[in-house]
Amino acid sequence: MFFQGRGFLEVETPILSTDTVVDRHIDPFSLQVGPTGGKKQTLWLQTSPEFAMKRLLAAGAEAIYQVSRVFRQEEQGSLHNPEFTLVEWYCRGDDFHTGMKLTSDLCETLLDRGPAELLSYAEAFQYYVGLDPHRAHLETLIAAARQCDSRPPESMAKEDRDGWLDWLLTERVQVHLGVDRPVLLYDFPASQAALAQIRPGEPPLAERFELYVSGWELANGYHELLDAGELRRRNARANELRRGDGKAALPEESRLLAAMERGLPPAVGCALGFDRLVMLAAGAKSIDEVIAFPWDRA
Amino acid sequence: MGSINTSDFKKGLKVQLDGDPYLMVECNFVKPGKGQALYKCRLKHLIRGTTIDRTWKSGDSIESADVEEISAQYLYRQGDKFVFMDNESYEQYELTADQVGDTWKYVKESMVCSMVLYNSNPITVTPPNHVVLKIEYCEPGARGNTANNVTKPCKVETGAEFQCPVFVNIGDLIKIDTRTGEYLERAKE
Repeated sequence: MFFQGRGFLEVETPILSTDTVVDRHIDPFSLQVGPTGGKKQTLWLQTSPEFAMKRLLAAGAEAIYQVSRVFRQEEQGSLHNPEFTLVEWYCRGDDFHTGMKLTSDLCETLLDRGPAELLSYAEAFQYYVGLDPHRAHLETLIAAARQCDSRPPESMAKEDRDGWLDWLLTERVQVHLGVDRPVLLYDFPASQAALAQIRPGEPPLAERFELYVSGWELANGYHELLDAGELRRRNARANELRRGDGKAALPEESRLLAAMERGLPPAVGCALGFDRLVMLAAGAKSIDEVIAFPWDRA
Repeated sequence: MGSINTSDFKKGLKVQLDGDPYLMVECNFVKPGKGQALYKCRLKHLIRGTTIDRTWKSGDSIESADVEEISAQYLYRQGDKFVFMDNESYEQYELTADQVGDTWKYVKESMVCSMVLYNSNPITVTPPNHVVLKIEYCEPGARGNTANNVTKPCKVETGAEFQCPVFVNIGDLIKIDTRTGEYLERAKE
């Protein structure tokens, strides 16, 4: 097995936790747990085993992987089911490029489509959209978005720079990625760092990568953020955006933050969508072809 | 009418965009990377028949269109106007030749058709899949070489002309497929 051959330990972490990710666009499921008539506690279904696995890294784990069920409150689509499976791994001491190489090797082993080609976010936008995504003015992004074959949603906020970048990525870039060979898109805008480290520079860039095969996003990885203070700031910012979107704020404190305060070792982690991987291997057009009972029939 | 949220989007929904009625023919949920959820839809204009592509953010709402399909009986024609009646409400509807389109070729008195109303106004009318019409005029038998002339034009009671086999005669009842305008067979009644 790929991971065992490389000295990784398979782990199993809880699906329910008091911790949850705080992200503008991810809505976790929650449960109220407690005795009837008694005090209730809120537990969250994991949107990824990230938090628990990082706590294991902080506790001394070196190289770990897990295949687990995750849950996100969202609609069903040809590539989405609210309940799905992730293959997630973390390797202490890996730097950004080593982590990407591991992802490429895994992809090559599983899909046999050759090693992944590296393409930076800036290069991808320069080539497919004709602009510099990090330096272009908001108006330039909006003008480019309006040139796409389909119209962007009316309700797209003008100042939502990341929204426009996402739109351009989806409409003009993504469909070209990973057609012949898988592609690793890396060095994202700092504003889209999520739990990745930001590398200082002109401009600062998020050490985040995404694996694309046949135009689908298959995996997402980070050179992991280690600074608890920075994560707290990002959580607060995410909640601000959530409230602006009319969504409930999520708890900003977590056991992961406590572990990060005690010290998280430098590491690269990555999560790969197992159902989409199976779709690629089987030639399926929709995720419900590879799930026994999709959400609407669960 | 009402508002429909993206979570209720599906094929077959009748909605109003920029004041026009559309039918949602396709709707796909997409979510890039860690970005916001979007609904990419294809819609067909209920009057013009043209299609457009539109995208909405998850959580957006759009107006539902007051579109209703009823059974309406053809009453008569007055100049450029075709008059139909709703069999249940007895309400009468007038359609112009433009709105009726090709249907004029197939409708005869008291024929029940399917009518689409938008904001209670008729926008399209469709005849049943097959209709039986009487031939008012056609040339007798075959003209010239039968090997070449397999069909001949025949004028029916509605005034429309259809290509029919050479053996049909004036007074015959023929069955026509209204979707293709093709002769199917002779009919008894």
